[in-house]
Amino acid sequence: MTLEKDPLNLIIAGVGGQGNILASQIVATAGMKEGLYVTVGETYGASQRGGPVMSHIRFSARAQCGPLIPEGEADIIVGLEPIEALRIIGDFGNPKTRVIVSPRPIYPIWVLSGQAKYPPVEEVLQKLGELVAEVRVVKAIQEGETGLAANVVIVGALAGSGMLPIAVKYFEESIKEIVAPKDLDLNLQAFRKGVELTGRKARALATSKARKNKRGSGR
Amino acid sequence: MVTLELNQPGKTVLMMGDEAIARGAIEAGVDFCASYPGTPATEIPESLARVADRFNIYAEWSTNEIVAFEAATAASLAGLRAIVAMKQNGVNVCADFLMTVNLAGTNGGLVLVAADDPSAISSSNEQDSRSYARYADLPLLEPADFQEAKDMTKWAFEVSEKLGLPCILRSVTRLSHSRGNVKLGELPEKKRAAKFEGVYISGAFVAAQHAALHQKLEQAREIFEGSRFNFYVGPKKAKFVIVTSGSGWLYSREAVAALGLEGKVGILKMGTTWPLPEKFVVDHLKNVTEILIVEEVDPFLEQNIKILLAEQAKTLGPIEVYGAKSGHLPAYGEMNQDKVTAALASIKGLQPKTRDEKYIEKSREAITCIPLRMPTFCTGCPHRASLWVIKSALKLDGRDGFVTGDIGCYSLGAGPAGYFQLKTIHCMGAGIGLANGFGKLDKFGFNQPVIAVCGDSTFYHAAIPALINARVNNSNVLMVVLDNGGTAMTGFQPHPGSGFDACGRPAPTVEIENICKAIGVEVRVRDPFEVSQAVQDIYDMLQENGPRVMVFRRRCFRIEAKEKLQEKYYVDQTKCIGDDCGCARFCSRVFNCPGIIWDQEAQKAKIDEVVCTGCGVCATLCPRGAIMVRGAAS
Repeated sequence: MTLEKDPLNLIIAGVGGQGNILASQIVATAGMKEGLYVTVGETYGASQRGGPVMSHIRFSARAQCGPLIPEGEADIIVGLEPIEALRIIGDFGNPKTRVIVSPRPIYPIWVLSGQAKYPPVEEVLQKLGELVAEVRVVKAIQEGETGLAANVVIVGALAGSGMLPIAVKYFEESIKEIVAPKDLDLNLQAFRKGVELTGRKARALATSKARKNKRGSGR
Repeated sequence: MVTLELNQPGKTVLMMGDEAIARGAIEAGVDFCASYPGTPATEIPESLARVADRFNIYAEWSTNEIVAFEAATAASLAGLRAIVAMKQNGVNVCADFLMTVNLAGTNGGLVLVAADDPSAISSSNEQDSRSYARYADLPLLEPADFQEAKDMTKWAFEVSEKLGLPCILRSVTRLSHSRGNVKLGELPEKKRAAKFEGVYISGAFVAAQHAALHQKLEQAREIFEGSRFNFYVGPKKAKFVIVTSGSGWLYSREAVAALGLEGKVGILKMGTTWPLPEKFVVDHLKNVTEILIVEEVDPFLEQNIKILLAEQAKTLGPIEVYGAKSGHLPAYGEMNQDKVTAALASIKGLQPKTRDEKYIEKSREAITCIPLRMPTFCTGCPHRASLWVIKSALKLDGRDGFVTGDIGCYSLGAGPAGYFQLKTIHCMGAGIGLANGFGKLDKFGFNQPVIAVCGDSTFYHAAIPALINARVNNSNVLMVVLDNGGTAMTGFQPHPGSGFDACGRPAPTVEIENICKAIGVEVRVRDPFEVSQAVQDIYDMLQENGPRVMVFRRRCFRIEAKEKLQEKYYVDQTKCIGDDCGCARFCSRVFNCPGIIWDQEAQKAKIDEVVCTGCGVCATLCPRGAIMVRGAAS
């Protein structure tokens, strides 16, 4: 197969402990099942203790890519945390970048200690919107829910969005291979929930809403 | 991982570099693996331990790297194939043995994986371990992608056996911890039996042994001349060639493509970098007038190539060499495509396709509102409480006492997570080693108390000789062992106190306090979550002289959480009175656990249930007693 853009560069950004590595492994394995060369560069280590974590995932139909995406060359950014999504734009974003983001903040230690302020999430999302082509906000965790498998909900949202040239079934196959049997049901449910959030129905709904709004503003 | 065991030759799977190295060892029929955990090498032995039963491999977590290397060498001397993997610091720990086993030689294939961490993403230093190969006269292989990580590991065993020497395979973080396509090979039938024969003594006829070692190195050069891991891509008569190894290969290829130079610039990709296959290199540089050398960290390849160019000056004529010395590429930090592109563009006088300046400005402006995210202790981490205790006791003591640090999760105690308590950090065991010296400065007017913190795994690895030294020299030092029950930083591998082995089977334990008692130092054990008693203990111990040990014992919450259900905590909104309390938002601002947030609307503290692990230490510290267990009677 050929890709519209080769290599296609994806960054998954979040905070240590959010399950970034599992998310990137699912996405990358799905890409491989689609017959692509996939390279995943992960930054973790000390960062698994609450520091920023990012995975660079690169898809190519032609050759193995290096593990790091060059500056400004992220085609898609998946933010498991809002300010981490925005932080990535500084180095890797461009006007054509598309973003999927969870709006739930995880506060850095400087914020907890009162030495820094966490910007209002609305403001973060708005800034994202000004810098990239598309922002899809995905509420992976509803009020009162624990964050279990929230990372996989976002992976589902990515799969459902159609931003990647990878069939949803390959994502499910990857989850079945990677996730431990005892956690499989939970993760598959989370994934499907994510797919629904951005899938065809959701997209249709969003477009019809947008049309309505357009009409509304015309009057 | 299932893929590690897959018996489907030819199938392409996604593999982490470390897993690919482990798979290469399996395909080589490896028998023995010993290692000490260290990022980014940990996943190599971990992967092998996981499939140890399936492939009849012996796998162990050793006390430290030199013991691991010696144990693996024993397997080699008995005719087996053995692998040992470590981070760059571990190679230093091994160095003493390395500088003798090269002379004495080996038998069965013995591979030492040195996994360097450029930019020190998870390390206390940055070093290029390739110099050890040159230093010890040992063959060096540098895989450049995931497929090579597997294939070269397999080949490394053969090289080692042919030469009767350990073979060093150098990985870097971006290979070890990245994932990519790997086509699987065949799984062998293993038939080796262990039998020791012969004599392996370094030191009997050293000069003769050293001469023989140089002979072996020439033999290695011959083998490397025909290696498929060295190759050239690009135009036939390129005047400009990039010479690269390891991670530099993929970055170089993309940089050439990014500048549209595929028709003009060739790439000479080297997989065997010590000793250099000189004929191969010279053959490919015959028509060349300029070369750029791309490698990660030290100008190792650059220096070796330059020596070769000087020796071959008559054949090759003048060649301009660009790289670290010329200032086109840095000799520190991680390499990446952007750096190679910039170097190539500047040499070639090209303008690389850069990002729109206005966009960069706008995006940088947008992120100014984002707070820094420093790594911190996990919610529920015993180290937060331990360092809080140490901080409180030192303050009570009032003599300007300080903490010497060591290597582990608690190294974060040098930053806000541990209230900036750690004032020195070097290598494994250095905390107690330094404290030894500080503790003997009294005759020079030194009266500051010194606390050496040391993790449990670090204690076994490197701290015991220094503690013995403190005892026999009667040094004034308080050692605090932060015993969280495992090697937490690298992913909870067991250590001699854990009670199980690399494959999860029960194992005998060596108790920290028994070692201390045998050495003859006073030792106490305390749960750091018993905060007020622990502060009193440390304060009391600070008033004594000579070496003393406190073991703060509390299991890492991440290990604990796997075994039992966590309790749910909440802030009783009637008891928390916010800023009227006078505690200055103790829980969220001072104690600083990420599980507690400040509710801007209610102006009170609140537990973040997604983040909180339910350790409950904050409940013991809240001056209003407002933090409660859900479901418990108040």
